[in-house]
Amino acid sequence: MELRPILSAMRRNKVGAVLIGVQIAVTLAILCNGLFIIEQRLALSQRPSGVDEANVFAIDNQWVGAPGDVPARQRADIEALRALPGVVDAYDTNQYPLTNSGWSESVLLDPDASGSGTLSAALYFGDDHALNTLGLRLVAGRNFEASEIGERQASDRLHTAVILITRALAQALFPKGNAVGQSIYVEGNKQPSLVIGVVERLQIPWTGAGGWTEKYFENSMIEPYRFIESDSWYMVRTRPGQLASVMKAARDKLLQIDRARLLDKIEAVSDTRIAAYRDDRGLAVILAVVCASLIGVTACGIVGLTSYWVSQRRRQIGIRRALGATRGAILRYFQTENLLIAAAGALVGIGLTVAVNLWMVTSFAMPRLALAWAGLGALGVLLLGQLAVLWPALRAASVPPALAVRDA
Amino acid sequence: MFGYYIGLAIRSLRRNVVLTVLMIVAIGVGIGASMTTLTIFRAMSGDPLPGKSAQLFVPQIDNWGPRKGGGQSAATGSKLQNQLTYIDASRLMEAHAAKRQSAMYGTGLPLIPANRDLQPFTAPIRASYADFFPMFEVPFLYGAPWSAADDAAHAAVVVLSRKLNDKLFAGANSVGQSVNLDGQTYRVVGVLKDWEPIPKFYDLTDEKFGKGADVFMPFTRAIDQQLRGWGSFNCKDPPDSGYAGTLRSECIWIQFWVELPTPADVARYRLFLQNYASEQRRSGRFDWTAETALRDLSQWLRFNEVVSDEVRILVLVSFSFLFVCLLNAMGLMLAKVMARAQEIGVRRALGANRSAIFTQCLIESSVIGLVGAALGLVLTALGLLGLRTLLSQSASALANLDLLDVGIVIALALGSAILAGLYPTWRAGQVQPAWQLKSQ
Repeated sequence: MELRPILSAMRRNKVGAVLIGVQIAVTLAILCNGLFIIEQRLALSQRPSGVDEANVFAIDNQWVGAPGDVPARQRADIEALRALPGVVDAYDTNQYPLTNSGWSESVLLDPDASGSGTLSAALYFGDDHALNTLGLRLVAGRNFEASEIGERQASDRLHTAVILITRALAQALFPKGNAVGQSIYVEGNKQPSLVIGVVERLQIPWTGAGGWTEKYFENSMIEPYRFIESDSWYMVRTRPGQLASVMKAARDKLLQIDRARLLDKIEAVSDTRIAAYRDDRGLAVILAVVCASLIGVTACGIVGLTSYWVSQRRRQIGIRRALGATRGAILRYFQTENLLIAAAGALVGIGLTVAVNLWMVTSFAMPRLALAWAGLGALGVLLLGQLAVLWPALRAASVPPALAVRDA
Repeated sequence: MFGYYIGLAIRSLRRNVVLTVLMIVAIGVGIGASMTTLTIFRAMSGDPLPGKSAQLFVPQIDNWGPRKGGGQSAATGSKLQNQLTYIDASRLMEAHAAKRQSAMYGTGLPLIPANRDLQPFTAPIRASYADFFPMFEVPFLYGAPWSAADDAAHAAVVVLSRKLNDKLFAGANSVGQSVNLDGQTYRVVGVLKDWEPIPKFYDLTDEKFGKGADVFMPFTRAIDQQLRGWGSFNCKDPPDSGYAGTLRSECIWIQFWVELPTPADVARYRLFLQNYASEQRRSGRFDWTAETALRDLSQWLRFNEVVSDEVRILVLVSFSFLFVCLLNAMGLMLAKVMARAQEIGVRRALGANRSAIFTQCLIESSVIGLVGAALGLVLTALGLLGLRTLLSQSASALANLDLLDVGIVIALALGSAILAGLYPTWRAGQVQPAWQLKSQ
C-alpha cells in the first residue's frame, strides 16, 4: 500500500482528519478511565461481607416508654426468636455489616503507644451464638463460651478479657500469623484483651470507596457482649429458603410478647447490601451508558465525515478505477487512511488516558490504571474506526470506473 | 431577511437529512449527558440559604491537640474537628458572643400518635436552641419558635415539620396540642412550612442531602432526657461510663452555628474564640495552644466535601463527552458546508457579500442548536428519571430540573452548535466565487 497519496490527500483535508483524530483521543481517554471506574465499583460491590446474606435478616428493635429490665426483655426476645420454627440461631448486637453507620475503636499492641500508627477496627458485640447466626467461619482458636458473655449499654465503658478478631486485623497486628493467644489493647483500655479466635471474614459496616473504609474494610473485632439498649439489632439466621416466612413470623412473635416497641426495620441482609452499593452500581450504570453513547457518537462521526470524503472524491475514485485500481485497492485506501488517523489519535489518547488517571489518583484517591488497559483501549478504538469506515469505504469501492468519463 | 435565512436553513437541512440528523443527535446526546450531571452538581453545590449564607458561621476548636484520636478521626488526618464537645458547645452558648447562636444535634424518639389508627413510629428529632429558627430563616406555617425562656426552662415544647403535622393532625393548626414522645407529653408551639435545605448544611455528619428532622425540641430538654446523638460521635479517648461521662468527655458530636451580620462581628467573634481557647489552656484543660477556626457557610460546605467525588467524575466525563459531540458536529457541518461550496459560489457571484453568507451559515447552526436543545432537554429529563431509579433516595432528591436548568440547556446547546459551526462558517465565507464557478 502506497502511503504517500493518502498523506498528501490528508494534508489537503487537515481539519477533518484532526477532528476525527482528536475525537478518537478523547474517546479513548474517557472509555479507559470510565471502564476502569466501572470495574472498580463492581468489584467493590461484590466483596463478600462474611455474613451468610441469603439467610440472615436484621430486626431494629426499639423499646417504647423506657420499660424496666431491658436485659431480661431482650433475653426473652432472643430465646423466643431461637425457638421459632425455621430459625437456625439469633442474637442481639450493636451493628452489622453493610449498614454504613457504626462504631469503631482503636486497637493497640502497646497500651502506652499513641499518635500515628494507631489502628482502628469496627467494634461488633456478640454472644456465643453470634458466629453461628451470621455464618462466620472461625479459622483459628475458639468461639466465646457462654460464661464469658456480658451485657453492655452504648455509654458503658468496659474492659473485655477475651476478643475475636478478623483475619485481616490479625494480619495487620501480627504479620507472623500467631494472633491467637496474644494480647491487644482496645478502646483505650490499659488492661489487655486476649485474642481467643480469628474469624475468616467480617466486613466493617462502612462500604464507601476510597479512603480508610476501603483500605481497612475487613478490620473488625467482636467483643463478648449482648447489646442492651433502648434501640438494638436482633440478628436472625433462617434455614435456606425460609427467610421471608420467618421474617414475618418473627415480627408477629415479638409483638405478641410485648407491644411496647417499634420494629421500624426488618430487613434481609441481602437488601442491606443492595442499598449499601446502590450509588456505586448507579455510577457504574451511568458510566456504561455514557461509554456506549460515546462509542456510538464517535462511530457516527467517522461514518459521516468519511462518507463526505467519499462523495467529494467520487470523480477521482472513478479515474483511479478506470486506470486499473481494483475495488480492494479503493477499500484499502480508505481503511488505511482511517487507520493512520485513528492510530495518531490513539497515541495521543493513551497519553491523555494516563494524564486523566494520574489526576484522578491525586484528587479522588483512585488506584493507578495499568498501562495494559490503555493499550487494550487503543486497540479497541482502532477496531471501532475500521468498523465505522467500512460502510463508506464499501460505497467508495462500488464507484463505477465509467464515472471518470462522465460529468461529476 | 431573517425569515428568509431561516427558510434557507431549513431547506438546506432537509436536503441532507442523514447529516442533519447526525448533527442534531450529536448535540442533543452531548447536551443530555452533560446537563444530567450538571443538574446534580448544581444541586449539590448550590447555596442552601441565598442572601443569608455569608452571615452564618461555624466555630471550630481543636480540643484534641496534636495527638488525634483513633476511629474515624484518623481518616480526617490533621484537619480541624468538624463538631464540638458538649463542654465547648454549652460554654459558647453561655458566652452568647454572637447575634444569634445555636448548639444542635440530631436524635430521635418513638412517637405514639393520639390517633389509635396510626402505628407508633420513630420520629427524627433535631435538638436546638430557639435561635435556630430566626438564624436559618425557617418559615412557619402555624405558631412560632419556642422562646429563650423555654430554652432556659428545659421546657417540653416542640416544633413540628409540615409533613408530621399533616400526618398527626391532618394539616390543622396544632399549636397548643400535645404530642407523645416515648411516653412523655410535649406541647406543640409551631409548625413549619416545607423546609428542606439542599444540602442539609446545618448537619453534614449524617446524610448530606437527607431529610431533616420532623420534630424540633429545645437542646436543653434533649440533654435532660439523655438523648444520644444519631450522627457521628468521635472520641480521642473513650468517655467515662454513662450519659454524664459523655457530657464530660472530649468526644465531639454537637454542631454549632452562629450568626454574625457584619465583618466587625466576625472579627470580634474570631478574637473571642481565640481567647476562649487560650483560656482553656490556662485552666489546664488543653496542654497545647488550640487552633480555632470560623468558617462561613460556603467554606463549611467545601470543608465537608459536600460535592461527592462520584459527581465530580460524572461531570468531568459528561463534559468530555459533550466535547467529543461538538467535534463531531463540527466535522459534519464542515462536510456540509464544503459540499455546498458551489451553491455558495453562485450566491457570492450574484452579489451576496461575505457577511451575508456568514449570517446564513450561523442561522443554520442555530437552527441545529435549537433542535438539539429540544432533544437535549428530553434526554436530560430522561437521564434524571433514570438517575432517580438508579441512585439512593438522598441522591435522588437532587435530580430535579428547575427553570434555570432549562435555560442552561438551551444556552449550552445553542452555544455549542454555534461554536461547532464557527470554523465551517468561516470556511464558507472564504469560498472564492470565481474559482467555484470556473470549476463547473
